[in-house]
Amino acid sequence: MRQFSYSRPDTLDTACHTPDHTRYLAGGTNLIDLMKSDVERPEHVVDLSALSMSQIEERPDGGLRLGALATNADTAAHPLVTERYPLLASAILAGASPQIRNRATNGGNLNQRTRCHYFYDPDMACNKRSPGTGCSAKGGRNRIMAILGTSDACIATFPSDMCVALAALNATVHLTGPEGERSVPLRDYHRLPEDTPWQDNILRTGEIVTSIDLPPLSFGSHHTYLKIRDRLSFAFAIVSVAAGLQMENNTIGKACIAMGGVGTKPWCVPEAEALLEGKTPSPSLFRDAAECLLQGAVTDRDNAAKLKLAPRVIIRALSQAAAGTPQSQTQKTIF
Amino acid sequence: MTDVSVTSPCRLRINGEPCTIDIPPSVTLLDLLRERLDLTGTKKGCDHGQCGACTVLVNGKRVKSCLILAVSIPDAEVTTIEGLSRDGQMHPMQQAFLDQDAFQCGYCTPGQIMSAVALMEEGHVHTREEIREFMSGNLCRCGAYNGILDAIEQVIAQQQQDRAGEAA
Repeated sequence: MRQFSYSRPDTLDTACHTPDHTRYLAGGTNLIDLMKSDVERPEHVVDLSALSMSQIEERPDGGLRLGALATNADTAAHPLVTERYPLLASAILAGASPQIRNRATNGGNLNQRTRCHYFYDPDMACNKRSPGTGCSAKGGRNRIMAILGTSDACIATFPSDMCVALAALNATVHLTGPEGERSVPLRDYHRLPEDTPWQDNILRTGEIVTSIDLPPLSFGSHHTYLKIRDRLSFAFAIVSVAAGLQMENNTIGKACIAMGGVGTKPWCVPEAEALLEGKTPSPSLFRDAAECLLQGAVTDRDNAAKLKLAPRVIIRALSQAAAGTPQSQTQKTIF
Repeated sequence: MTDVSVTSPCRLRINGEPCTIDIPPSVTLLDLLRERLDLTGTKKGCDHGQCGACTVLVNGKRVKSCLILAVSIPDAEVTTIEGLSRDGQMHPMQQAFLDQDAFQCGYCTPGQIMSAVALMEEGHVHTREEIREFMSGNLCRCGAYNGILDAIEQVIAQQQQDRAGEAA
């Protein structure tokens, strides 16, 4: 690892005012790995761990505020999360391993980088890592790459499970920077690669994620996080779906759905949600929703299977949510 | 705010003993343990957070020491495999790994044992499937997984017996 200067400020204001070539350190489970691989080469590392941003607390509107520095493990195990947002707890537990979740933070989860093999290899061309060098993934070994939201410059998948649930739940991200505070819907936080794939999200220089708000929203048992991957544990999604349905007398009220493993960002299509609302669950309805969610999908050399797999995962996830039988992250059988 | 400098002070408690050392901030907890403190029980496998051989406890929680800058956990209590035994007696989990032949080459074993000790504290031990899932951060290239599961179940059974004994 290259050398860098290190500081651990105890105020957010100090943390926001940092020199160029700074990286913020939270749990470090992604950043330190990227520094070892020589993908990230910060001159300064500003450790956020002395800031008090790890609370998980109820909001006056009945929603929940997740501190950016709360660990994934503490978030998934928090009684208010398991009671009110089991979809989020399930998605968190579907990702990484217990040791990683004990360090990884909620803010860090939003800001993690892609696991594209070419991004991780400094010898390969990659527009996300080294702007203007090209995209080795296009036409390369790209079985794990995205089929939605891609561009000529980049087809890397956004790897998070947690963010797929946060997108389905319409979470809001709170930021603090040198110019003050602002809030952004999670669905708008991550960017499409377009011709600037090195910008993963809308964070500006010196801005820090301080917390994530969940709106008051209950699906009862009508939710699921269904993740398909190459092995049953500790692997990134090939396709995943977070779904929540408010069911009233076998009619779908509000519908929330997001996809992971297929998009360059957590993938949501409001038209697919609208299409489900006010309808009675049926295989054909879920097929229509799948078609709508996957509109515009583009496959490359090795990842056409995702286009076959994705509708099946969407339909299965919606069936699980409608039936009120969420996928267990321990018992791996998919019903 | 801590001074920005080439080396930074690192202050920890490791297996109950205070440790103060000036190190470059790039030194991971794993490299601090192995290269500077001669605590080589903690193993370096992948060095990328995937294999779990470097698992230690930080403030009682299991973590991958290869992905932590040692300077970033001031005053933390670190427990390594060397810190598990008491009065020359192996920890029950260490004994169970021996009893159940839960390893072949032994390289992943310290990480497996640290992870298993933390797993017991977390309580994710209701079914064999649950134990499997919550041990998924530790890889064993020899494939001793069944023995590892048996060892963990042996300790669970012992604890249940001990509790029944106390209640009686």
